[in-house]
Amino acid sequence: MRARTRTTRRVVVLAAVASLGAGLLAGCADDGGDDASDGASSGGGKGKTTITLGLFGTMGFKEAGLYAEYEKLHPDIKIAENVTERNENYYPALLNHLTTNSGLMDVQAIEVGNIAEVVATQAAKFEDMAKVSGVDKSKWLGWKWSQGTTKDGQTIALGTDVGPMALCYRKDLFQAAGLPTDREAVGKLWAGDWNKFIATGEQYKKKAKAGTFFMDSPGGLINAILSSEEEKFYDSSGEIIYKSNPAVKAAFDLTAKAAEEGLVQAQTQFQPAWDTTIANSKFATIACPPWMLGTIKGKAKAEDAGKWDVAVAPKSGNWGGSFLGVPKSGKHVKEAEAFITWLTAPEQQAKLFKVQGSFPSTPSAYTMPEVTGAKNEMTGDSPIGTVFSEAAKTAPVQVIGPKDQIIQQGLTDNGVILVTKGKSAAEAWNTATKTIDNNLDK
Amino acid sequence: MATRHDTAAPPAKEGGAAPGRPPVVPTEAEQRHRARLSRRWQRDKRWSPYAFVSPFFLLFLAFGLFPLIYTGWASLHQVELTAPTDMTWVGMRNYTRIFDDDFFWNAAKNTLTIGIISTVPQLLMAMGLAHILNYKLRASTFYRVAMLAPYATSIAAASLVFVLLFGRDYGMINWALHFAGIDAIDWQNDKWPSQIAVSSIVIWRWTGYNALIYLAAMQAIPQDLYESAALDGASRWKQFLHVTLPSLRPTILFTVVVSTIGASQVFGEPLLFDANKGASGGAEHQFQTLGLYLYEQGWVNQHLGRASAIAWTMFLILILIGIVNYVISRRLRASS
Repeated sequence: MRARTRTTRRVVVLAAVASLGAGLLAGCADDGGDDASDGASSGGGKGKTTITLGLFGTMGFKEAGLYAEYEKLHPDIKIAENVTERNENYYPALLNHLTTNSGLMDVQAIEVGNIAEVVATQAAKFEDMAKVSGVDKSKWLGWKWSQGTTKDGQTIALGTDVGPMALCYRKDLFQAAGLPTDREAVGKLWAGDWNKFIATGEQYKKKAKAGTFFMDSPGGLINAILSSEEEKFYDSSGEIIYKSNPAVKAAFDLTAKAAEEGLVQAQTQFQPAWDTTIANSKFATIACPPWMLGTIKGKAKAEDAGKWDVAVAPKSGNWGGSFLGVPKSGKHVKEAEAFITWLTAPEQQAKLFKVQGSFPSTPSAYTMPEVTGAKNEMTGDSPIGTVFSEAAKTAPVQVIGPKDQIIQQGLTDNGVILVTKGKSAAEAWNTATKTIDNNLDK
Repeated sequence: MATRHDTAAPPAKEGGAAPGRPPVVPTEAEQRHRARLSRRWQRDKRWSPYAFVSPFFLLFLAFGLFPLIYTGWASLHQVELTAPTDMTWVGMRNYTRIFDDDFFWNAAKNTLTIGIISTVPQLLMAMGLAHILNYKLRASTFYRVAMLAPYATSIAAASLVFVLLFGRDYGMINWALHFAGIDAIDWQNDKWPSQIAVSSIVIWRWTGYNALIYLAAMQAIPQDLYESAALDGASRWKQFLHVTLPSLRPTILFTVVVSTIGASQVFGEPLLFDANKGASGGAEHQFQTLGLYLYEQGWVNQHLGRASAIAWTMFLILILIGIVNYVISRRLRASS
């Protein structure tokens, strides 16, 4: 009896060890994450192919019902997304998976801030989307297409949305400060020149409602100015020029001036405190790509609906936007290619804009009713679609470089923000450039 | 009286109790079977222990030693996260540049100051709390469990709450200070306030943990010592000073060593305290610790070679701290 128990126990232990070991091995061998789908197809289920997407933030394809629509059109396809909330966490993991060529989803999203680096260093890991049938280069904004394309002409990812930038402003605060409130007139106040924008700010401050600021944050301002430049941190040959580029220094100094004069609030965007300032209606303007309207809607109080409006920015720029690429090591490469070709087509981009506010990167969508008729709760009856279409068409073809994010972050978080703490513009520039140089140094 | 074993009868052999019966001679097959079993048993006895301890060592090799060696190798190269296999030999350059890397020394200084302003109050408070918990209290188990609650809380959740508490514009601490007539303090951007705020997260998290360690040690002190001290007329405070503290010396040393190591690796608290979610430890790196700087170089800026060199330098500094601790503890032991 005793011997039996011992053998039983040994069997149990062996089984446990074996299953753990097998689990570990399985975990090492395959972290692609769609065993389930393969199991289903081989196990004689419905025979569906599951396409997996690795996304970040709220890209909104699912919310806009696009997955369901595609599944209806293709009954043998199932779509599953895996969303990481912040790109800061998503991107290092994506790089890791790319360099080890494992753990990749069938489709991977890439943020515009990272696209240059991915194109420069990881192109070999991606399928060439230009060769996929149904992909028509001419449908995209030229600059958007070229951002996802290598020097030898391989297009590693298709553009989803773009972030044509306008300026959102509070009509009630402008009125209280004696400024015009009509969007045409407001746009004329600063047309063509960011200096005029700051001058408007000075005018605003003279009669502003107590406790309010002209703009939300120094980071938002410098970002808006820089995004309207053709060259900012890199020149067209790929050299880093951020320190010698007069446009960058001018943007920095102008932002520092605004900070010194108290035109911008000492906030950093997307912090909890910044969220609260939106809710408390403490600032009159904010640089505003279409997706920012969604942010405002999410943070503002309900009674502020309709108090906002959108005017053209002094110079058009672009802020944000993403790409979708198909890694070669994916399990369902062909199906994934067909899927994102459909997903990034103008019709789908227009639908996405209607629901999510992600602005299409395909100009033919700009005449579709989903875009021309778009309204936002916060901005009332403003024809936001036309304002943003105009900005998208006039935005410069900007040179973006692999380390744009590091440089921009240095200028913002270690630079202009310091002026709001009482440092001089020169001191702030020193801290920023020293930080950036250290971070760029290999 | 003890039995003398050498004079006792030897134990009977197999079948010894019945000499009349012929001995059972095992067949050849059976003998071979027995020999095989015996050999197997011998092997089992010799090798099984190694098999039983092997999981730890295999895991250690895979996740401890290999990364250590690989990091050392990477630290001698210029290598980027975007192409980890593409290494360029640079020798000791990653180390020599640390000597004039202002950001590294700034981080080292911050690590030291944050370490001091978090460890010292933390251990003092832990001692006080342990002393109080050592008295007879109603619901003492509740208090002891409650002490451990911060330690069990996720550091991310805790830090997020602290970020809100320490907010400049809408934070609760500044709101309370305002009633005391103190102007709003910019807990994020000023050097000492930010370091104090980060330390407060560390203190909040680890005080209870250390208090329980002290408590355990206190309960091992014989009650007689207190009784005789009381008989000699020693007050509670004197008892604490002359009975509790000397008996706790090894425990105190242990917590100091563990806290020092913990403080030199502070990472999560300052990372999450930075509301930008960046790794630069504030606009002027005012609360960037070594752990954070390492992370910034490796994972934000993707310089694996530099990050590896920083990791190894930190490792060497830790060894140095360990040696200093060892020397001090030996001195202390010798003096007592």
